[in-house]
Amino acid sequence: MLWVIILSNMAGTKKNYSLDALQKKANEIRIDIIKMLEHAGSGHSAGPLGLADIFTALYFQVMKNDPKNPDWEDRDILLLSNGHCVPVRYATMAHAGYFDKKELMTLRQFGSRLQGHPERLKLPGMETTSGPLGCGLSQACGMSLAMRMDKIHHRWVYVVMGDGEQDEGNVWEAAMLAAKYKLNNIIAITDRNNIQIDGPTETVMPLDDLKAKWEAFGWHVIDINGNDIEAVIEACDMAKAIVEKPVMIIAHTIPGKGVGFMEYDFHWHGSPPNHDQAVEALKELRTLGGKIRSEHE
Amino acid sequence: MSEMHLASHFDQLESTRKGFGRGLLKAGTLSSSVVAACADLTESTQMHLFAKEFPDRFIEIGVAEQNLVTVGSGLAAMGKVPFVSSYAAFSPGRNWEQIRTTICLNDRPVRIVGSHAGLSVGPDGATHQMLEDIALMRALPNMVVIAPCDSIEAEKATLALVTDPRPAYLRLARADSPIVTTEHTPFQIGKAYLMHEGADVTIISTGTMTAQALMAARSLFKDGVHADVLHVPTIKPLDTETILESAKKTRHVVTVEEAQINGGLGSAVAELLGEKLPTPMKRMGMNDRFGESGKPEELLEHFGLTAKHIALAAHHLMLDHTNHKH
Repeated sequence: MLWVIILSNMAGTKKNYSLDALQKKANEIRIDIIKMLEHAGSGHSAGPLGLADIFTALYFQVMKNDPKNPDWEDRDILLLSNGHCVPVRYATMAHAGYFDKKELMTLRQFGSRLQGHPERLKLPGMETTSGPLGCGLSQACGMSLAMRMDKIHHRWVYVVMGDGEQDEGNVWEAAMLAAKYKLNNIIAITDRNNIQIDGPTETVMPLDDLKAKWEAFGWHVIDINGNDIEAVIEACDMAKAIVEKPVMIIAHTIPGKGVGFMEYDFHWHGSPPNHDQAVEALKELRTLGGKIRSEHE
Repeated sequence: MSEMHLASHFDQLESTRKGFGRGLLKAGTLSSSVVAACADLTESTQMHLFAKEFPDRFIEIGVAEQNLVTVGSGLAAMGKVPFVSSYAAFSPGRNWEQIRTTICLNDRPVRIVGSHAGLSVGPDGATHQMLEDIALMRALPNMVVIAPCDSIEAEKATLALVTDPRPAYLRLARADSPIVTTEHTPFQIGKAYLMHEGADVTIISTGTMTAQALMAARSLFKDGVHADVLHVPTIKPLDTETILESAKKTRHVVTVEEAQINGGLGSAVAELLGEKLPTPMKRMGMNDRFGESGKPEELLEHFGLTAKHIALAAHHLMLDHTNHKH
């Protein structure tokens, strides 16, 4: 392995974790997501588990950020448009050092900074308040336009969106605006896990051909396996090289990834595991952790 | 509390949107942080003056009001002072949830400018006569709601909003209306102004209805009835002190607005007086119904929102209340 492992988080510099270390980190984040959701007794399971690899890549490799200075003025911005997936962001932020991991167990409780859906004013580093769907990309457009007015060219605005949320018309209003103004510092990532609350996306409201839709709206589209951390990092690097268009990374993910009985099942979109299910899920995730270690040692 | 400096005659007419257009242009000159966005109604909402002078700070959103306010939230997040405009029927009519979540709960100070509000948009008809916007915006935590009485006050309100750190809604009208204030008339966000002084009845008005209220007070004076006219440009936060002071003095309150009486200024005053100082009251406005096409003056006459109707309502209120006492 030629990867250099630097475990300390260095603000403003390229973070060089090994792929192995990132995969382990994603697994730890999944373990925390299961613990948090079981403890909270409500919340969404499938999306956050499916997004763990993307969030690990963003926070530990791709984004310019400083957990000790969340308002750092040169930081990259991450907007979570599908706010219901916030457990993965909380867990990743805690692992990145924004706050103590112990706080994760306060998710959805009275007085917690970790609200059921994310609130900017409650938690430093949360960038925006979201939950009602379809609003992230518009805010990214506003941010990107403001940066252009101020001649700031070295900051990126990442937007993580759900696929189901693209039923919202607001998404396509923003898509047109971003293409019109060639907002090339926006990198959007669609969590294409093919499920939403009422069932498979293609049954509830067909989205395909999603790639063709975004291309028709004037975007550069990259299709990737969103559970492959290396692919996520590569796609983000590629996106930065596209100067004439905003970029949409369609990240195909497995909903409930890492927990066999949750994978691909839309019933887990909006449900938490009970105690027994959590025990089973944690056993599986910890075993998988062992597998990764054994492959790379 | 004393009467303030006003125009001596109400014969000069101009729409409040014109005052906004001038104010925004001035604001753009004073601060490079001021930016503007519009949803395909740039000249109608009078943003074209700003757009022409500061093309790099103007964003044409197209017919997309949800995007309009949400882009505004993103602009505010980066320290800009965004004004976003459309017709009130569409913004905040169509995009209330985006305003609620990405602006109010998120505490991003976007200035939402709703032009062509009220009945006086006229021939366009009921679809475009926004009468529920005050109620919609007043219900939102963190939101400031302002309806200026004339173009001069609209200009002052626009400039005041530049330095106010809160999300705000500025309600404007399409039609020309009498200019009642002057350059010297004070304006501060959150203040109600006593524009005519009397001891018998209080007429509380907002927006362009204030001109009608003042004309009603002059007509009442001839009948020996002395009215306080309180102009309330800021419906939220409400200047409760000034309203209570006047209501305590006159013990009769008429409210008037070019909006639904449910949830608007009349409701705000009724809520205040109901809790602090129960007072006989008459709310004037649209009475839980929609408008229709017509000339502005025809519509105001038909729906009972002229000086004549206000004076009559004041008489009735005083009469009813006197009868109750005996």
